[in-house]
Amino acid sequence: MALRVNGTEHVLTVDTRTTLLDALRERLGLTGTKKGCDRGQCGACTILVDGRRITGCLALAVAHQGASIVTIEGLADGDELHPLQAAFVEHDALQCGYCTPGQICSAVAMLDEARRGWPSAVTEDLAVTDIVLDDDEIRERMSGNLCRCAAYVNIVAAVREQAAA
Amino acid sequence: MRPFRYERARDAAAAVELVSREPGAAFLAGGTNLVDLMKLDVERPDLLVDVTQVTSDRIERLPDGGVRIGAAVRNGDLAADRTIRERYPALSQALLSGATYQLRNLATTGGNLMQRTRCVYFQDVAKPCNKRTPGAGCAARDGYHRGLAVLGHSPSCVATQPSDMAVALAAFDATVRVQGRGGAREIALTDLHRLPGDEPQRDTVLERGELIVAVDLPALPIAARSRYRKVRDRASYAFALVSVAAAIDVDGEGAVRDVRIALGGVAHKPWRATLAEQALRGGEATEESFARAADAELSRAQPLPDNAFKVTLARDVIVRTLLDLVEQP
Amino acid sequence: MSVLGAPIDRLDGRSKVTGAARYAYEHPVEGVACAAVIQSTIARGRVVAVDASAALALDGVVTVLWHENAARLRTDDAELAVLQADVVRFCGEVVAVVVAATPEIARHAETLVDVRYEVEPHDVVLRFDRGDLVAPPGDDADSDDGDVEAGRAQASVVVDRTYTTPTQHNNPLEAHATIAIWEGDDRLTLYDANQGSHGIREDVADAFGLDREQVRVISPHVGGAFGSKLFTHAHVVVAALAAKAAGRPVKLELTRRQMFSLVGYRTPTIQRVRLAAGADARLTSIEHDVVLQVSSVKDVTEDHAAKPTRMMYAGPNRRTSHRMARLDLPPPTIMRAPGEAQGAYALECAIDELALACAIDPVLLRLRNEPPADPDSGLPFSSRGLVECLERGAERFGWQPRAGAPRGRRDGRWLVGTGVAASAYPAGRAQATATIRALGDGRYRVQIDAADIGTGAWTVLTQIAADALSVGVDDVILEIGDTALPRARPAGGSQGTTSWGTAIVHAARKLRADDASSATADAGDDPYASRYAMYAHGAQFVEVCVDADTCEVRVPRMVGVFAVGRVLNAKAARSQLLGGMTWGLSMALLEESVLDARYGDYANADLAEYHVAVNADVGEIDVSWIEEHDPYVSPMGAKGVGEIGIVGTAAAIANAVHDATGVRVRDLPIRLDKLLLGPSGRPRRPIGR
Repeated sequence: MALRVNGTEHVLTVDTRTTLLDALRERLGLTGTKKGCDRGQCGACTILVDGRRITGCLALAVAHQGASIVTIEGLADGDELHPLQAAFVEHDALQCGYCTPGQICSAVAMLDEARRGWPSAVTEDLAVTDIVLDDDEIRERMSGNLCRCAAYVNIVAAVREQAAA
Repeated sequence: MRPFRYERARDAAAAVELVSREPGAAFLAGGTNLVDLMKLDVERPDLLVDVTQVTSDRIERLPDGGVRIGAAVRNGDLAADRTIRERYPALSQALLSGATYQLRNLATTGGNLMQRTRCVYFQDVAKPCNKRTPGAGCAARDGYHRGLAVLGHSPSCVATQPSDMAVALAAFDATVRVQGRGGAREIALTDLHRLPGDEPQRDTVLERGELIVAVDLPALPIAARSRYRKVRDRASYAFALVSVAAAIDVDGEGAVRDVRIALGGVAHKPWRATLAEQALRGGEATEESFARAADAELSRAQPLPDNAFKVTLARDVIVRTLLDLVEQP
Repeated sequence: MSVLGAPIDRLDGRSKVTGAARYAYEHPVEGVACAAVIQSTIARGRVVAVDASAALALDGVVTVLWHENAARLRTDDAELAVLQADVVRFCGEVVAVVVAATPEIARHAETLVDVRYEVEPHDVVLRFDRGDLVAPPGDDADSDDGDVEAGRAQASVVVDRTYTTPTQHNNPLEAHATIAIWEGDDRLTLYDANQGSHGIREDVADAFGLDREQVRVISPHVGGAFGSKLFTHAHVVVAALAAKAAGRPVKLELTRRQMFSLVGYRTPTIQRVRLAAGADARLTSIEHDVVLQVSSVKDVTEDHAAKPTRMMYAGPNRRTSHRMARLDLPPPTIMRAPGEAQGAYALECAIDELALACAIDPVLLRLRNEPPADPDSGLPFSSRGLVECLERGAERFGWQPRAGAPRGRRDGRWLVGTGVAASAYPAGRAQATATIRALGDGRYRVQIDAADIGTGAWTVLTQIAADALSVGVDDVILEIGDTALPRARPAGGSQGTTSWGTAIVHAARKLRADDASSATADAGDDPYASRYAMYAHGAQFVEVCVDADTCEVRVPRMVGVFAVGRVLNAKAARSQLLGGMTWGLSMALLEESVLDARYGDYANADLAEYHVAVNADVGEIDVSWIEEHDPYVSPMGAKGVGEIGIVGTAAAIANAVHDATGVRVRDLPIRLDKLLLGPSGRPRRPIGR
């Protein structure tokens, strides 16, 4: 099967049981995407598939033939960090760093969702499509990524800065 | 996880045929529930038939003013859809309160309805569970059941249907369009999921091979002022302890012209609160009447030792949600 | 500006935000096979038969090991004596391991191994009144000063309450994982997720009868630990056994569910606190009795919940005790602020209850009972900033002194309440050795087997070295996380930075004094340790909102002020304190491992059912610290920051919930059902009993 990962075409043979997460980590050596629970309960494996954030641990690779995937390894432009990566460092929005790739991929997609007018569970007026990312919105939209070190306050600060940028 | 074959069906009919003729076959949509249960060795299909490409992924307006949601529409897209947000806001809210963006981007409308009921013992193959192994016994009834059913359960099973989306759909008289080997049929959403009775292994009334192709919502003007309230232990990313989807229409005299109430987190299926609705229709819209209606519905509750709080909670949430609806400008 | 204290960005930040940092399981190893463990489904008994034929028949399965065919080990640590006997001592114990070519095959094969048991009755329920409680090891389980009975008799107010805390699991986000690589029979390399590689090496070397030098453990990046990665657990030994049997490298990553029985947890506690005070709200007696559990496998647990009670407040009459039950349960371990977290919850709630009973503001009550010296040892405090933390915190929070009358504020649907608690956590240092080499170009290589589990050790130790050598941080090349480096105590007990930093400072001083190109030095014993009582302190203030209909609790705002000595990196220290306080929130409202007594197993063993705080649970947190320099704890003037944040926070939240609702929850976590049912809510009932 074929997968396009960070702009590079990969052709590989996979077990039907292989998830996108394991295809990345075990087969392609892209270990930046993390396994925290392997059951969709932590968000550490968040990747962008055709522009959308998903949990790679519950997506079977065979069901994503030809998909275009962006992982944490694909966000920086050469030595130039993606603005969210830089913001995470500057705001110390990480401690052990294990949830961090998932957090950052999630935040990248989240800003895009907000630009497209997607609401959240805390959006008061669903008719409004001009989403203002206040702290409560950021917290809710980033709640699919557990951080056991509990860097949440700093994660919100990093995302807030980029939401305003 | 056990090995399985994977096939992508060319169309819905082919998918139905594949699953109908092979006892170990299952439909695969977003996979958020099925793949998880396969990892736990709870689900053991021999063949997965991918149906994400064979049903519609569009949300269409119907000639009668209703809306048709293709079974392959992702939960994330459905929640964000302008029509749904304006005309059925409780449905959008329900979706947004379920799981996370990452999971909603995988999960589909059809798959969401077909997710299995939740119970920790169902997910643990080392523990007895009548749903997994009929006749094995129920570990939850005398075990960890704080989050489980208070309504409509049976001695064999006290699990709950976890879908938030289904609760809003139940409140709004949605219809599920199903394709089977013998043709198509429509099922009221409130009839799709079963109560456990003595066949807890069956979550829905669908026959083997029957595939959900779409969900229809009627025009239902009352739904434009609706609300979904979900109460859970965490502020986000948690299943409901109790949830309520509600809509109410009150006339100029303060009388209830029409009302819709459904509960989540309390039963083996999304629970349409018909007794509460009956008690309210034509009566006055006051806190006291809301409380009486909630009590009428919950008089049927049979809480277990550790989930009696759900009855109190459901009552309070029904009353508060209706009050919020009549008080909102 | 001095490099020490500067809020410089995490030096490992770039590698972590780009995904380049490699954690244990991620090191590329040629020809590596995958292992999966099989766990007992009974809590006590014997394995009578293992049939691995179906698994072995599977394509890609390399081997299956169980007690009858695994290599013999020589360990004294009963937790590590894995696959050595037919005895089953707890539910979830490793009874077999499968090695296969891929993780998919290993996980499949795991389901095909048939293990038969002979079941014996098990004993898993902790109660205060068990007849078989024993004192924890050591001579420090009890304390008795003055005459508590007399103190109670002369009091005008007595508070006598029992508080319980549940089992909690550390749940670092990186699963415990080990890659084991043998070269011949006498060289073993492990890539392992741990808090200190030397400790792992010693345990594994002993188990396999190797010299310590024959084992190397490499752990440059660790994805969280919080105590669960401090000690060696069974899976590390299993990985080495499996690699030996397979004749090729083996990697083993535990599943999240397996981590609920194989890598430890925080013991539940039942704590009786009795406080007595005169009409002036001065304590006349303080009593704190704690019951906790260990596994029948071994006696390691958090056995000191009441110890901070011996030093927190002045009072001539003080008695504390610890007793434990040995149960047929997985071995506990330690977890962030082990003991102090639970003990402070009980003590600081009781102090709040006492303040209400005395009709005095809880901040004032604490100030009134401030001891001039450590009431326990009689020693002076090396530094004690508690009063300043309380006063500064009250000011930053906008604390309104009050005297009783809960349920007094409402804001729309929300009942609003405020709460406060005080905190202390022991400070100190322990063994560490560092080597510094001048590279001749103005740069220095600094080597020490420290561990960065998210604390910022990569960054802070570089700063300490740069400061001690009077060079820039760019001139320091730090190496940590490898037993090839000089031995050092693990990360834990908030003593990593003080111990490692002291060794680095000593090595730098020696290098300079000898004008040498390389120097090695130990942290050495702290000469002040016997002359001062050493603690970090803190005060937490919180505001909670409780939904009037549903009793959902939200924490919009927390303020923490800490006295932690000199802060070595303002950015990383703040993150540690923020993390600690968020842990306190999670402990107060969410975390509980539910034991099903029928099986001796945890019913909610995953991250969907075991709730840790998510982003939306956390509101604004204002963290700050007072100016403090404590030269007695470390030459840098620093104490530790990793644990003090959690101590006290859970109590502050519980006190605020009481203030908001009038309901005193003495049984963590504070979930809405306990508030809905009110103070008359039924007490905890063991599940399945």
